Amino acid sequence: MEAGAPSPGRVRIALTVNGRPVEVWIEPRELLLDVLRDRLGLTGAKRSCDVQVCGACTVLLDGQAVSACCTLAYEARGRRVLTIEGLAPDGRLHPLQEAFIEHAAVQCGFCTPGMILTAATLLDQVPAPTFEQVKAHLQGTLCRCTGYWKIIEAVVAAGRRMASVEAPR
Amino acid sequence: MSMTRPIVGSPLRRVDAAEKVTGAARYTGDLVVPGMLYGRVLRSPHAHARIARIDAAAAERLPGVRAVLTGRDLEGLDAYYGHAIKDRPIIALDRVRFAGEPVAAVAADDEATAEEALLAIVVEYEALPAATTLDAALAGDAPRLHEGPLRPGLFHGLGELRREEGNICYHYRFARGDPDRAFADAGVVVDGEYTFPAVYQYAMEPHTVIAQWGSDGLTVWACCQHPYLVRAELADLFRLPLSSVRIIVPYIGGGFGSKSYTKMEPVTAALARKAGRPVRIANRIVEAMVTTRRHNMKCWMRTCSTRDGVVVARQCRIWLDTGAYADNGPRVAATAGDAAPGPYRWRAVDVDAWAVYTNTPPAGSYRAFGAAHLSWIGESQIDALARKTGLDPVEFRRRNLLRPGEEVRPGGKPLDADLVGDVTKVAAAIGWGTPKAPLVGRGVSVGLLAAGANPVSTAAMRLQADGTAVLLVSTTELGQGSRTVFTQIAAEELALPPDRIRVMGPDTHFTPYDRSTGASRSTTLAGKAVQHAAVDLREQLLDIAGGIWGLPRAALSVRDGAVWHETEALSYPDLIRRHFGMVGGELIGHGEVRPQRGTGSYAEGPVFWEVCVGGAEVQVDPSTGRVHVRRLASVADVGKAINPQLVEAQDEGATLQGLGNALFEEMLFENGHLVNASLLEYHVPTTSDMPDEFHSIIVENADGPGPYGAKGVGEGALAAVPAAIVNALADLGVEMRELPLTPERVWRRLQDAGIRTGEIRSPEIDRR
Repeated sequence: MEAGAPSPGRVRIALTVNGRPVEVWIEPRELLLDVLRDRLGLTGAKRSCDVQVCGACTVLLDGQAVSACCTLAYEARGRRVLTIEGLAPDGRLHPLQEAFIEHAAVQCGFCTPGMILTAATLLDQVPAPTFEQVKAHLQGTLCRCTGYWKIIEAVVAAGRRMASVEAPR
Repeated sequence: MSMTRPIVGSPLRRVDAAEKVTGAARYTGDLVVPGMLYGRVLRSPHAHARIARIDAAAAERLPGVRAVLTGRDLEGLDAYYGHAIKDRPIIALDRVRFAGEPVAAVAADDEATAEEALLAIVVEYEALPAATTLDAALAGDAPRLHEGPLRPGLFHGLGELRREEGNICYHYRFARGDPDRAFADAGVVVDGEYTFPAVYQYAMEPHTVIAQWGSDGLTVWACCQHPYLVRAELADLFRLPLSSVRIIVPYIGGGFGSKSYTKMEPVTAALARKAGRPVRIANRIVEAMVTTRRHNMKCWMRTCSTRDGVVVARQCRIWLDTGAYADNGPRVAATAGDAAPGPYRWRAVDVDAWAVYTNTPPAGSYRAFGAAHLSWIGESQIDALARKTGLDPVEFRRRNLLRPGEEVRPGGKPLDADLVGDVTKVAAAIGWGTPKAPLVGRGVSVGLLAAGANPVSTAAMRLQADGTAVLLVSTTELGQGSRTVFTQIAAEELALPPDRIRVMGPDTHFTPYDRSTGASRSTTLAGKAVQHAAVDLREQLLDIAGGIWGLPRAALSVRDGAVWHETEALSYPDLIRRHFGMVGGELIGHGEVRPQRGTGSYAEGPVFWEVCVGGAEVQVDPSTGRVHVRRLASVADVGKAINPQLVEAQDEGATLQGLGNALFEEMLFENGHLVNASLLEYHVPTTSDMPDEFHSIIVENADGPGPYGAKGVGEGALAAVPAAIVNALADLGVEMRELPLTPERVWRRLQDAGIRTGEIRSPEIDRR
């Protein structure tokens, strides 16, 4: 896939987005968030605070959570980007997505993509985290609707489910 | 009528959840309209100034710039709007009244070009004296923000608008009994002055609007809570018939009142009109913060009781800073006035509430407005009376609270909740009466919020030839779960599986009128309209089946998507086919709610009393003044929980917002300029601010006017929590009269109360 037209001052970057190779002409100042949303049509990452506080724009860069609103698209060249759209590529929901549905951890939904991706990085490192571990990990991702209770419960439940599938007793 | 397993009352999974967890859900900012330009807004750097000159020529010449809108472009229009008071121009005309007011707007091929063009616009201002605080605006020699009589807006709902003096935007007053005499004779009196800060709603999605003009009129995609009210204001501004303005509302990324009424829609529509192309304006957070906010307030209140603890009278004066334009200030003042007495059996009450213009960003609705302002003040005085009369605060409330059916305000709806039962439950949940650790205090609070706004909602339901249904209703989905609750109501009434029902989002060309989405009204009112629509469809189906079988309605019932007579069944698709005589066709059910309909409870106002009942257990750190919230409890007194999981979710969210409002949220203004204008400086609650424990207690007494006895939820906890936390501190001997309860403020009061590290002064009474 190729997006954006070449023009003076633009640079071409190649990266992998949700498992697919992508080449895109960007202006050096462009933010990863704008390139994902406006050029690649991946609108799951949301713009909110613009100052790396809220986490609504979170995507994974080589598996690490970053705020796409404060990351230059140029920094993503040659790297793997995962957005919420890539978490269930074959239409089968990720256990976190299932748990968010089951626990009503979703309200307006604006924080949900970033929240799920941030939680996914925890489950990568800590299988079956405790309530307190989840709470600490999600400190940098705001939600104004839920009061966080159901989000944390959903992440704990997803962690347990994934751990029991991966390591059956 | 009901299916084997009732759908109403069950935790049906949210119908919008799958779209939201996969990133497929579309919000206004995710949409691209063909040919769309990107708009940015130039905002005033002055709190109050005359605009001497605007020169946009250089900006207009920049490559990629398609239009620059200034006040000059509005000549020939009556460019003022405001649902309560028509005091706000689409864009500044000759004067700016707050720092952040739109002065010009640019439409360009992309946002970066539009942003650059803003820098090329030259504006010459002549600064005017500014009144940037309540005290400054109320002073005798204060500069006036608005001259001449105030013009009522399309939805002022305030009765006769009086001509107010100076910078008074609106005055609400009610009184009964003889308060002066009551205070003169009173056994015990408490008296105090209080302040409440400006607060930012922080809906995560900032205001975003797309406007497009065409031969069929004006189409607007917006994250607005009340599409029909926005439609009316746009039609009025641009002199269009209602049928030529179309408002479409995708999913909304949180509202909490910040997207109620008309916000960025007029300026976006005016810019698109000038550009001759569709334009999107998406506020940044710093802009959202100066678009609307919660009213800061100062208040004086006194309350008296007899020596043996019977409440007698309350007097209250409330000054609410509504900023440069009224927005919803008049309604906030009226609701604050209504919340001031609290749900007690008074012999005399005397309340004045003023909304006051200042040169600060306009203040409007924020979840639980009025009650959040007043509950903590009134309830702290109730606790003070309890302490002075030697009574336990819960017992004091039991003796004085109104009972169901008692009058709350003259001519209004009588109390429709069991407050004594509610407060007993929260007290138990926070361990009332059990031993406390050092520096731990407990408090409860009880309040009422006039809920429901205006009782007009309509809905339509289309039953398709295959037995699936489309529900048309203009309630906006901003996270509260209305589409899920409506699905449950319709499924229950029509005996259809919920997955056969699709709820459409608002599109004013197709989904019927709903007055607004706010004031906890949607389940109660739009839900009732949905129920009526589904019942209408059911009756049509029964009549068709009755005609076929030659039986009356009473002999028939619906179950599992079919009409039944004893063991014979006709499925809905069969009935539609038989009715139309061929494959195809559909049945349409209609439902409406209006004040005249039903038991009369709508006409009295409010639609229902939303309870604000909370409990808090806190621990203070005497060396820093930091308040640690150990336990919170709230009562969701909902009449009937149509979806208990969503009720809990509302309560949990409102509680954490209440905690933020109580402990640290505050917009700081210096000479009218917002100082903490980003989320780096304005702290929104994170997981680290959660209480250690939270109990949401669902009470179902079927005493609401909505479907199945339901009434709304989602605001009460936000008013109850600050009040309960303030009372928990008072339990430690620390009386707070200023929110938020920052560590510094609490520490200073701890010093005043003589509580230093390791020392605890016994409160005047401690029976808990």
